[in-house]
Amino acid sequence: MMREIAVIAFAQSDTLRSTAEVSEVEMLMPVLHDVVAQTGLKTADIGFTCSGSCDYLAGRAFSFTLALDGVGAWPPISESHVEMDGAWALYEAWTKLLSGDADTALVYAYGKSSPGSLRDVLTRQLDPYYVAPLWPDSVALAALQAQALIDAGDTDEPELATIGARSRATDNPRAQLKGPVPQGDYLVRPLRTGDCPPIGDGAAAVVLAAGERARELCERPAWIRGIDHRIEAHSLGVRDLTDSPSTRLAAERAGAFERPVDTAELHAPFTSQEVVLRKALRLDDSTRVNPSGGALAANPMMAAGLARIGEAAARIHRGESDRALAHATSGPCLQQNLVAVLEGDPR
Amino acid sequence: MPEVLKAPLVVEFPFTRSLGPVQSAFLTGLRERVVLGVSTRDGRTLVPPVEYDPVTAEEIRDLVHVGITGTVTTWAWNHEPRRGQPLDTPFAWVLVKLDGADTALLHALDAPGPDAVRTGMRVRIRWAEERCGAITDIACFEPYDGDDSAVTVHAGEFEDPVHGIVAQARLDYTYSPGRAQAAYINALAEHRAVGERCPACRKVYVPPRGACPTCGVATSEQVEVGPAGTVTTFCIVNIKAKNLDIEVPYVYAHIALDGADLALHGRIGGIPYDQVRMGLRVEPVWTEGGRFPDHFRPTGEPDAQYETYKELL
Ligand SMILES: [Zn+2]
Repeated sequence: MMREIAVIAFAQSDTLRSTAEVSEVEMLMPVLHDVVAQTGLKTADIGFTCSGSCDYLAGRAFSFTLALDGVGAWPPISESHVEMDGAWALYEAWTKLLSGDADTALVYAYGKSSPGSLRDVLTRQLDPYYVAPLWPDSVALAALQAQALIDAGDTDEPELATIGARSRATDNPRAQLKGPVPQGDYLVRPLRTGDCPPIGDGAAAVVLAAGERARELCERPAWIRGIDHRIEAHSLGVRDLTDSPSTRLAAERAGAFERPVDTAELHAPFTSQEVVLRKALRLDDSTRVNPSGGALAANPMMAAGLARIGEAAARIHRGESDRALAHATSGPCLQQNLVAVLEGDPR
Repeated sequence: MPEVLKAPLVVEFPFTRSLGPVQSAFLTGLRERVVLGVSTRDGRTLVPPVEYDPVTAEEIRDLVHVGITGTVTTWAWNHEPRRGQPLDTPFAWVLVKLDGADTALLHALDAPGPDAVRTGMRVRIRWAEERCGAITDIACFEPYDGDDSAVTVHAGEFEDPVHGIVAQARLDYTYSPGRAQAAYINALAEHRAVGERCPACRKVYVPPRGACPTCGVATSEQVEVGPAGTVTTFCIVNIKAKNLDIEVPYVYAHIALDGADLALHGRIGGIPYDQVRMGLRVEPVWTEGGRFPDHFRPTGEPDAQYETYKELL
């Protein structure tokens, strides 16, 4: 029998278009203190720490080492970092807890997109031989996917507008865009500004705990019943952009299809990507999708995927969900996908 | 709130990347106006070609000559081209399945407007006038009604094959140092040094970064330190850095400013390099209009006793 592991706390910062007045660690520290305080633990009690961030956002090598100042890394702590969204840091922490090496883990992620030009920065994650020299930006690549969906009859522009409007009709106080937002002009056709995520700076953190430790520290732990991540071919032209087989496979391995979920927090930065994910995850109208507003309301790079897991867990903590699915993505056109299934104890 | 400090930061690098046999053949082919794909064991032709089958991970090497005409499989209209993109006039991003290929290549399509583009339209490669063995040897695609697909097996052998590419990258940032470091930088411009004290362990960090790395809490109490300090350790630099007009050898040292619990680093001047020593008392020297000390020079005081700075090494 595998060890039971739960998300026991979640905290996040406001997502803001610019946070030039604070450094990354200054932005991150209140979130770290918040999440740890929720558990009653002290940072020194945490068994394992793992973070997700990306040097290309700041334009500085090893930028995560400075952020580590915020966790009190002395005396030496057991620590790791992924150059990815924090959802993948959570996956690493989950395996660490599964192995029995630790009972608690702090996972955090942050990103400041404001210092650079995000659309240009993200081109550096593309294939350097055939694609990156053309500088296709993140919106352009998502727009190719959106047009493929429209051509396939999977969606149309009015439906995409509906997804954007529903996402931003959230009461999430941490969201960057809330309420009616004009659908706007084409950024790269067929995507309009309203189909694209706001560019923002922010941070998120969760605490994981295993077994009885989770019950001691949290009234209603969000048990991770399954978690898996999968990747698709790097070359966009090899893939069917209207589908996400990696999401489907990750969901299957995470047990998502065994029983319906009442809530799904999907990391779909573009409206069109929600269409792809809903299909891959077989979600119908019985599942509440992105009550937090999702990435269309706030998309702090490297933290937005972890925030999906945190938001799903927090709903279980509050008793607003019993079985939730959380999804995180990375790379162009949903290249990499992680799916977690979270459950609260029966009430 | 004090003014937020900002400065441009450019990250620029020419990444030299070597090519495997398949990528080399493909990019050399582009230079010679030939497009090569690679055949998988199950008979698909991948363009652009890769060395390993993305489905089976099997090594693949069989090169196939595909057409320079093809069909758009999806597109997106880019009315505002960005730096580095293939065309500087509005264009469509397209995925194109070249005749004879089973996968699509990403590139730009030169078309008068979005109404002239549709999925399924026929297009042809427009070659760049000067070609060097890079994806940009394809200048772009253009609409084309004819058909000159010629698909043949190709040995992929060329004279003077391309073995590498230089992947140029340039990203522009606006760097902001944040609250703690901004306060430090602003104080330096007034010829003062300030650190921040940790509320938990009482250590004074100079320069402050806003957090105590030991305690993991915000450092908020500002403390005036220096201006003089003690050399705790040093090294002698013998290699002249690019764009630096400091004569070698020179000394780079860790300097514990008076009142600080962490040494910062700086160059030592005003003393021959071989006379710098641990314990040497130094003070900062600002040049005319400088926002930060240019270097540190001896104060002339007696050396500090080892006991006074051994914790700061
Ligand atoms: Zn401290």
